[in-house]
Amino acid sequence: MSGILAFLGRYTVELVSYVGGLASLSRDVLHWTFVAPFRGQSLKWRSTLHQMVLVGVNSVPIVGLISLFIGVVLALQGAYQMEKFGAGYYVTALVGVSMTRELGPLITAIVVAGRSGSAFAAELGTMKVSEEIDALEVMGLNSVRYLVVPKYLALLVMMPCLTLFSDTAGIMGGGAFTMYQLDHTFTLFLTATRNALVMRDISTGLIKSLVFGFIITTVGCYEGFSVRGGAEGVGRSTTSAVVVSIFLVILADVIFTAIFYYTD
Amino acid sequence: MSDDFQGPMIRVADLVTHYGERQVLDHVNLEVPSGETLVIVGGSGTGKSTLLRHIIRLDLPTSGHVYIKANDVCHMPLERFNLLRRKMGMLFQSAALFNSMTAEENVALPLRELTQLEDSTIRIMTRIKLDLVGLSGFENYLPAQLSGGMKKRAGLARALAMDPEILLFDEPSAGLDPVTAAGIDELIVKLKQAFRMTIVVVTHEMASAAVIADRIAMMHEGRVIAVGTLAEIRANPHPRVQQLLNRVPDREIRDAQAYLRTLTQPPS
Repeated sequence: MSGILAFLGRYTVELVSYVGGLASLSRDVLHWTFVAPFRGQSLKWRSTLHQMVLVGVNSVPIVGLISLFIGVVLALQGAYQMEKFGAGYYVTALVGVSMTRELGPLITAIVVAGRSGSAFAAELGTMKVSEEIDALEVMGLNSVRYLVVPKYLALLVMMPCLTLFSDTAGIMGGGAFTMYQLDHTFTLFLTATRNALVMRDISTGLIKSLVFGFIITTVGCYEGFSVRGGAEGVGRSTTSAVVVSIFLVILADVIFTAIFYYTD
Repeated sequence: MSDDFQGPMIRVADLVTHYGERQVLDHVNLEVPSGETLVIVGGSGTGKSTLLRHIIRLDLPTSGHVYIKANDVCHMPLERFNLLRRKMGMLFQSAALFNSMTAEENVALPLRELTQLEDSTIRIMTRIKLDLVGLSGFENYLPAQLSGGMKKRAGLARALAMDPEILLFDEPSAGLDPVTAAGIDELIVKLKQAFRMTIVVVTHEMASAAVIADRIAMMHEGRVIAVGTLAEIRANPHPRVQQLLNRVPDREIRDAQAYLRTLTQPPS
């Protein structure tokens, strides 16, 4: 019994300190992004652009391909049910709404967490192990400002871009299926999509993508900073960066979808 | 930071530190006068590197104080201490060069970020520092292309970039062959003679300490057990001091009963 209590206690303490660490890193990131630049401590534009290429431009092919497939799969599954009611016309609407409201941001977040969240953790973890982070601190240079803020800004810009791209690729995938299998014309596909989508579908998806981007950067960098014990520690942190950020992304997804549902 | 400051450059007062439950530093007291080279020696895990990290506030103590020119390092606002840090340099055990930057960019980084100097001035200053440590011609090499000894030299050039008054070395000879290590020792002596810097070196090599040190502080189990010149340390009767001087291994304790207990004890 006392063993179970001890386990629960230890686990709770660890959880609280993890959440506290994330919160304190978030506060630092927000400070160095939105407050410090107005006090003469400028942002690092060069490394921000570099990160934008790494996390944004380089993810375009994989995000596009996965979204295209998901669009096709959605259309297939939708048609399977809806053709029974002769509602094949609405397959396009189903794909459009699901992609923009839900799957576009989610697929983008999962791909970016896997590609970049892990890379953030590995990069910062290796720097931590080789004392490079200490070296920055010793020079009086803030490691959050130099290493985390560029990544955060890059995702702030790139997550919505990638999400829009993913929306488009998914809708195209769905359209390809309806045109091929249900004999819709291209014009019909465009009209059906236009009629189905409202601005709110797209904007809620983009808001979510910003939140997901913030989660991925914070978790990836926090895991990197908290690496202990050499190469093995870097590996462990990289893994948990991906697992924790995907978990938190989906948790945030539930919360935001609920908020959007009840405020509609 | 007044330049006519008279007291000790670095003063450590009653410093106590824990890593988790384990006590790493046990009421450490130490003074380093301006311009002196103090070498901290001791076995592995005796807290020497931890002490060095406290002097430059990479770790914060459980209790006690570190004063640099009478500024309480651990209890002043970080922004203010960062101003003080500009006059401090540190060479890390692994040199800690930024791997994505060339040797020259590494040395130039503090100048670029902390001063308003022109690019051309920064370039000249960087070349001077690299030349000082014997790395002219290696400006455009990445850290991965440099040998262990050269990395340390580049790390030292970076530590010297801001013309520090205090220079800290964490195991400067770790991981180097004896000849290269001697080269680094010679470089430290050269710097000491050329500039009036206060230097603190952490090492476990008595030979290296004998070459560099004005005074030696010997640590054991988180405490400073002896401080003095090389001659004074050699004359110190403390058994641990003599053990470290003469490289005597710890005698293994073989109490049969205790040994059996450690084997049969159930895991806690």
